[in-house]
Amino acid sequence: MGGVHPHDSKISRDCAIAQLPLAPAVYISVAQHIGAPAVPCVAVGDKVKVGQVIAEPGGFVSAFIHSSVSGTVKSIGPRADLAGRMSTHIEIAVEGDEWLEGIDTSDTLITALPEDSKATIEKIRRGGVVGLGGATFPTHVKLSPPPGSKCERLIINGCECEPYLTSDFRTLLEKGEQVVVGAAILAKVMGSVPCTIAIEENKPEAIAHIREVIAKLGYAGIEVMPMKMRYPQGGEKQLIDAVMHRQVGSGALPISVGAVVQNVCTTLAVYDAVQKNKPIVDNSVTVTGECFPKQANLLVRVGTPLRYIIDYLGGVPEEAAKIISGGPMMGRAVANLDAATVKGTGGLLFLTEKQTLRAPETHCIRCGKCADACPMGLEPFLLQKLSRVKDVEALEANAAQDCIECGCCLYSCPAHIPLLDHVRVGKGLALGAIRARAAAAKAAAEAAKAAETAKK
Amino acid sequence: MVKIIIWTVAVVTVLGIVLALVLYLVAKRFRVEEDPRIDEVEKAMPGANCGGCGFAGCRAFAEAAVKAPNLDNNYCPVGGNDTMAKVAAILGYEVKAKAPLVAVVRCNGTCEARPLLNRYDGFPSCNIKSTLYTGDTGCAFGCLGCGDCAAACQFGALSMDPVTGLPVVDQEKCTACGACVKACPKRIIELRPMGPRGMRMFVSCINQDKGPVAKKACANACIGCGICVKTCTHDAIVMQNNIAYIDPAKCKLCRECEAMCPTGAIHGVNFPKPLDKDAIKERIKIRQQKAKEAAAAGAATVANNKVDAPAAAPVAAAPVKAAVATTPSVAEKKVDAPSGVSPSAPAPVVANNKVDAPAGAPAANTKEGPKDE
Repeated sequence: MGGVHPHDSKISRDCAIAQLPLAPAVYISVAQHIGAPAVPCVAVGDKVKVGQVIAEPGGFVSAFIHSSVSGTVKSIGPRADLAGRMSTHIEIAVEGDEWLEGIDTSDTLITALPEDSKATIEKIRRGGVVGLGGATFPTHVKLSPPPGSKCERLIINGCECEPYLTSDFRTLLEKGEQVVVGAAILAKVMGSVPCTIAIEENKPEAIAHIREVIAKLGYAGIEVMPMKMRYPQGGEKQLIDAVMHRQVGSGALPISVGAVVQNVCTTLAVYDAVQKNKPIVDNSVTVTGECFPKQANLLVRVGTPLRYIIDYLGGVPEEAAKIISGGPMMGRAVANLDAATVKGTGGLLFLTEKQTLRAPETHCIRCGKCADACPMGLEPFLLQKLSRVKDVEALEANAAQDCIECGCCLYSCPAHIPLLDHVRVGKGLALGAIRARAAAAKAAAEAAKAAETAKK
Repeated sequence: MVKIIIWTVAVVTVLGIVLALVLYLVAKRFRVEEDPRIDEVEKAMPGANCGGCGFAGCRAFAEAAVKAPNLDNNYCPVGGNDTMAKVAAILGYEVKAKAPLVAVVRCNGTCEARPLLNRYDGFPSCNIKSTLYTGDTGCAFGCLGCGDCAAACQFGALSMDPVTGLPVVDQEKCTACGACVKACPKRIIELRPMGPRGMRMFVSCINQDKGPVAKKACANACIGCGICVKTCTHDAIVMQNNIAYIDPAKCKLCRECEAMCPTGAIHGVNFPKPLDKDAIKERIKIRQQKAKEAAAAGAATVANNKVDAPAAAPVAAAPVKAAVATTPSVAEKKVDAPSGVSPSAPAPVVANNKVDAPAGAPAANTKEGPKDE
């Protein structure tokens, strides 16, 4: 259902993943995942090594943060992220590149799968693995389904439907073996479920390569499924629909229909964490754009300042008007080049003035293109109206909270109405109302409980 | 032909009479009884239907006011005391006169003071802008400048100043309905008492960052230095989350904080004379010197009192002793509180102030950003 077909513009597809030299200092945020921010467990002046835990999870839905470099902790304090919002960052001055003992940094492929799934999940948790597809949801939480629900199929998301981005594609090509082993580990953890590696048809090399690797490694139950090119094919709920023909209900999790979806880079991180004892200390970032002369896919240490990456590749080109972190559809414009990368940073995209130009908004002509394009089956034209008048009840009734902010509505609108901007505000209102109600219900239940115990 | 016309007229007439009768009877039979006072109250209302009272329009307010046992929770900010007096007269209730309020913009980060760090090219709405990022300047708390407040104002009291990029309140037109307060995603606008002859003091900044960060982002920011708190002799200023807040109930409009503020974040408006910083600073200096001397002398007399003649002033001596014993700054304040309070009983005033100083703390401005990114 829905979706749009932007040109894929994967101009950096032939650039092999290269290692970015270490920056003089890194700034590692403690809030780079969904859930509670991690709590720093190092002090200023401490010496740390690559892979050493520097912040511990602040709750169940939270993640370990590891030092991505070796050096001295210089400061722990607030620093602006790429949207200018302040969050606690740990600054580490880089000295050499010394890895923590026990981390296997060699290239040897370990294909033997671990037996104990509990221990495996614990290893994944200790490796600070989060969903690298963009949402950065802690992986160990996804792998621990609530009682009563059962995983029936593991889907490895290699769609990379966002135009321009190629880091998943390059990972599939260059680290295909590791990804397949990672997929086998995850499938085993979930109870030896069948596994589908979904790859969009515009990456035939990757499809062929992964098929070859699966045949070579000989794991049972892993298959490659070429997906039709469509944005947002890689959206979690859209992918489940495409692969399993099941629809995830409003507000429900994929596990409710028996699916677990993991991104390619996450799968690689799982392999590293389980087989190599290596936590997430780096991730691949696509640096691209028509106006950017040096296309690159770089392996970047977490916490590297964006300015350092760009300067390494020759600085911001003259004609660039906007720098986007992520893809052009869902990525956010970078307001602060001094911000550091986080685990979920997948790309840096340079757009020219012409590419970013917004046409003047005209009136809605009720053509319904936005409703056709919406992969969630919403009615953006209606939601934006409701959002403008702040009708929270109607927004909730029309499922504004289900919006995945993919931007298809805005992309398809012939009247150039900033649909997504308004719907996003409406989504915030609806979610706020839902959260407030849940909190009130919780408080009421607690009050009733307290009253009961007082009676006794 | 004539016959047809006569018949037509006759039929229509009879039909009309019959239907009129039916309508009349139905109206009589199914009449909705409504308190006639609702109409009267509605007539007395300004009729702006702005929702500033918390009800959906003037009629809803009238219905609620008629039903309510008193008018304590129903107040029309637009009509103010005059309207409420009329409403009270209709309903036979008593109404307490409220000090008129006015919207105040708590950001003075002008384009000059707060340089742009990036250019926002999204939809021109503060609400949308605030969901995307913290803004195009270094200040994460300040005005976003898209004019949601001006668009929300039904009375034309708010306009965006193209030079400063900040909203300007026309206090003659402002009815304190609070629409702008609700419209501002950064919660910069506050409703404050109009003050005597419109004179009022307020801190025109809500930047909660620490001093150096705030100062770097905006030359006019409140840096939380606390000089105003120390200067104020009326305990009207509290410092919370690195921002000063002037309690309008306690402020005596002496303008000393405004003169002392190093960044000019404190604004005084509608004063007859322009601010003479040097004169006020001189005044404060002299007073502080006197206070020091008096504190030294006071300590001596207290010591004396304690030793030889406690019977002379047993009631007054006890609080003075306590004050001197705790902190020297309190003792200073005790002595230098001549303006406004009668000097005959300074000690109890100090004791009171000390206890309830944080009562007028500003509402914590902790609006969370969206978590769905």
